Amino acid sequence: MNNMIVSVNPHVYAKDTTQTIMRDVLIALFPAVIASIIFFGVQALLVEVVCVAVAVACEWAFEKICKKPVTIMDLSAAVTGLLLALNLPVEIPLWQAAFGAFVAVVVVKQFFGGIGQNFANPAITARVIMLVAFAGTMTTWKVPAFTDVTSAATPLAVIAGSEGTLPTLLQMFLGARGGSMGETSCLALLIGGVYLICRRVISWHTPVAFIGTVLVLTALLGQQPLYQVMAGGLFIGAIFMATDYTTSPPTPAGKLIFGVGCGLITVLIRVWGNFPEGVSFSILLMNILNPYICDWTKTKPFGGVQA
Amino acid sequence: MFSGKLHGIHAPHRKNTVDSVPTRLPVPPMITVPMSMNIGAPAKPVVKPGDEVKVGQMIAEAGGFMSAPIYSGVSGKVKRLDEIVSSNGRFDTVIVIETDGEQAVWEGVKPPVVTDKDSFVEAVRQCGCVGLGGAGFPTSVKLNVDPDRVHNIIINGAECEPYITSDTRTMIDSADDVIYGAQLLQKYYTADRIVIGIEDNKPQCVKIMQEAGKGVPGFEVASLPALYPQGGEKVLIYNTTGEVVPEGKLPIDVGAIVINCTTLAVIAKYIKTGMPLVEKVVTVDGSAVANPQNVIVPVGTPIQNVLDFVGLKCEPKKVLYGGPMMGTSVPSLENPVMKNTNAILAFDEKDAADPVPSPCIRCGRCVGHCPFNLMPAAIESAYNNNEPVTLKALKVNLCMECGCCSFSCPARRPLVQVNKLAKAMLNKYNAEQKAAAEKKAAKEKEKEAV
Repeated sequence: MNNMIVSVNPHVYAKDTTQTIMRDVLIALFPAVIASIIFFGVQALLVEVVCVAVAVACEWAFEKICKKPVTIMDLSAAVTGLLLALNLPVEIPLWQAAFGAFVAVVVVKQFFGGIGQNFANPAITARVIMLVAFAGTMTTWKVPAFTDVTSAATPLAVIAGSEGTLPTLLQMFLGARGGSMGETSCLALLIGGVYLICRRVISWHTPVAFIGTVLVLTALLGQQPLYQVMAGGLFIGAIFMATDYTTSPPTPAGKLIFGVGCGLITVLIRVWGNFPEGVSFSILLMNILNPYICDWTKTKPFGGVQA
Repeated sequence: MFSGKLHGIHAPHRKNTVDSVPTRLPVPPMITVPMSMNIGAPAKPVVKPGDEVKVGQMIAEAGGFMSAPIYSGVSGKVKRLDEIVSSNGRFDTVIVIETDGEQAVWEGVKPPVVTDKDSFVEAVRQCGCVGLGGAGFPTSVKLNVDPDRVHNIIINGAECEPYITSDTRTMIDSADDVIYGAQLLQKYYTADRIVIGIEDNKPQCVKIMQEAGKGVPGFEVASLPALYPQGGEKVLIYNTTGEVVPEGKLPIDVGAIVINCTTLAVIAKYIKTGMPLVEKVVTVDGSAVANPQNVIVPVGTPIQNVLDFVGLKCEPKKVLYGGPMMGTSVPSLENPVMKNTNAILAFDEKDAADPVPSPCIRCGRCVGHCPFNLMPAAIESAYNNNEPVTLKALKVNLCMECGCCSFSCPARRPLVQVNKLAKAMLNKYNAEQKAAAEKKAAKEKEKEAV
């Protein structure tokens, strides 16, 4: 008779799990995947498949070798792989893309203890490492379809002084411009962002603070704010990378500080730095500051009395 | 001071039994009445095997100041004194009574004489009342305060736990008793305001209480958002008065007394008729229950008898006292209905299964949903690293164990469960610090004396 389960409360749980959250992120990235195929061809899909497959395989293999529970079903490795792919130029050699996925999952995530333990965003860090390791292929851009632009230079490079013409603002918004294959279509990324906010996977604080800061600062500096906001990896960075749970603060105040910090560093790099683009670096640097932001923005307990 | 809204969770309501008028359970062949049905000292049996008892007769006296007497809910013969494992895992003495089915009322049942606050508190004590919202705090102890300090009397009709509708039924079926109780409190405590807080998912209760309370000076109904844990004492005080009960203080320190609506109705009934707390309206629900309904049950009735009466769909794999957010699971169906049992929930295998935790992804939902703005994930890691000093800074002692953190955690971390352990760790540390400080002081005194 006595085979009943005895456990401590609560006895009901919300529906969301790590897996459903990661699934929502994948769904939110779907429009960007479609956009990447429209503008950069089937090759884009190939890079994405390779990155996701390698990321998941690396996670599985690492956990098998280390005799840890296999966590590929939480879909976080798939999210990392897809985010990395969307941040690469479409003509990247596949072995380089695979190497990037390996670095993201094994070096940045698993070496630090797996999901929830990494201090920096795996996809961002892997991209930065690839930028250093494969400087040539990582900055070679393909001319996107549906555009009369002849040069493949990215709009940010053009603003920074490279040869070429700027696409129209509408082209910028839709994604018909040079750049990493998943970052160009602001529309697709925005749809994903709205989906994530509606599903309460992310809050508006980080993306709004990040994009808002870039908009205001570049306007003040007279740096073509609308182009600055839509160019580069700002949308994908602000919506999908700076909102990574593990490497950003949990409280609304912390998220605002994090977003403003990202925006500030992005503008500093774009305007005065050596690189035309600074979103990756800004998020990586703010990842490092994250523990301090968390500490500054601790919640005040209700009824708590300071001793 | 604190301003803004308190967080919480939108737990599924599942109030399937709102319209179920409580039916009386046929007298069970045997009842087992536990002595520990309140916070504080257990009651002391005053009957011995072979004694005849009747309904309303005292079978155990209060075991101290922080205790409450216990009365028989059946007529019959005391079979034996025994021991059971209660839902908190401890052994508890029980009085086993074999019923005779007569339900003869004890001759001594007569309304108490209440003339002032002291005789009122004494009557509450004699009534055997404890906090019926689930906490089981002896009501007379709560009411034993200086009347001049009471500004707000808050009646808890929030019933924020999923499934449970026993308080709802109290407000629907015994509105007059609740109001009579409120009037008694007003008479002896001269509070300016008497407010009943009800979640807005029970509009019928709001309406009934508004109707019933007409003409009672200072009485008002507060319709509260259906956001669990609205019925938490500090949450209810804040949402009805705006007062924050500071750490280490009691509701009375901000001029408030909070009393559950069913507790109040029981007190009112006792003062009217002299019948003490001997039976409970219990919501029986859950995925293993065939016909969810409200049942009137003598205190001490084994859960098995109650479940047999309402019928089961399948063998229950987990059975709870109270709601799914804060209820405790019972080890056996022989465990009895207690004074503070407001629901019995029986779940099938699927709902009973414990979730498998995965690593924390630092999403911050536990922080975002904590009504008291605590940081459960940080508390968990401080506990795992054995850091009582950090736990002190994180104010884990404020945790009311409502379970919002565990509920909302996508990684299914056992957060509130760890909070309980962390509180124990902090208490132990505080006790050690205190002992060390006292030792030091004693030594210095000795030195001075020399």
